[in-house]
Amino acid sequence: MALPGDSILASPGTKRSTRSDGRRPPAPASYPVRTEEDLLTVRHAVRAATVEVGFGLVDQTRVVTAASELARNAYVHGGGGTVTLEYPRDPRGRRGLRLIVKDEGPGIADLDVALTDGFTTGSGLGHGLGGARRLMDEFSVRTGPGEGTVVVATRWTVR
Amino acid sequence: MTGHRSPGVPILRLGDVLVTGLLNELDDRTAIAFTEELTERISAEGARGVLIDISRLEVIDSFVARTLMELTTVARLLGARVIVAGMRPPVAITLVELGIELVGVETALNPEQGLAALGWRQAPQPLEGARRGTPR
Repeated sequence: MALPGDSILASPGTKRSTRSDGRRPPAPASYPVRTEEDLLTVRHAVRAATVEVGFGLVDQTRVVTAASELARNAYVHGGGGTVTLEYPRDPRGRRGLRLIVKDEGPGIADLDVALTDGFTTGSGLGHGLGGARRLMDEFSVRTGPGEGTVVVATRWTVR
Repeated sequence: MTGHRSPGVPILRLGDVLVTGLLNELDDRTAIAFTEELTERISAEGARGVLIDISRLEVIDSFVARTLMELTTVARLLGARVIVAGMRPPVAITLVELGIELVGVETALNPEQGLAALGWRQAPQPLEGARRGTPR
């Protein structure tokens, strides 16, 4: 869906023949999630990263919201963790932003149930994990009792 | 840890309607403090309606959504009607994709329409309008 504000922050209108726009992607950066203040820090960092990658306003909001849900999950259910931001490129030259959210908590006992809307063991609405999955293009979860949880979620620019 | 923290969000009174706005982001403690202060003001001032301008709010995740729903429910129990006005289009799209419907929360396109829905109208003579709206 396109909104008037989208074009302002869209990536430079170059042809997609060249892979590089002359700028190297930023290095991956990690942020701890140990306190509520850290949740805000993560949101700010992810917002800045979405602008860096060239997402429009709707995609910026999608990715920041997904990051907020995942970081909160790590904080509430995982007892804290880290959020790492990566800047992948796909073979077609699209730029992406990848969130890697890790915690060393008890793990998710039943992932299918946790991905179901309305299921929650915490203070949210039970839309966090499944909702974050819908907001991103790629989404995977590795978890197990005693192993903690790693969520990897990527969103790509349109082109 | 701080027993009572001011949310730092001004709550104005226009007749029997309270008008307030959220800033561009809402951390958990501010959300809770805001809910508590607004609830107290509704009760203390006999407010019939509450308008919350969220046009500056850049992200509504499930925690903020839950806060808005609980606030609306609490206000309703006290006899006040809450209208949330001015949601940004990207926030609305994201909420739908998240699967959140803000059940029970009334919305308006902007604060003016929200106030109109609450029955508050700009009177021809502002003083008379203010007097008419004063409770009791």
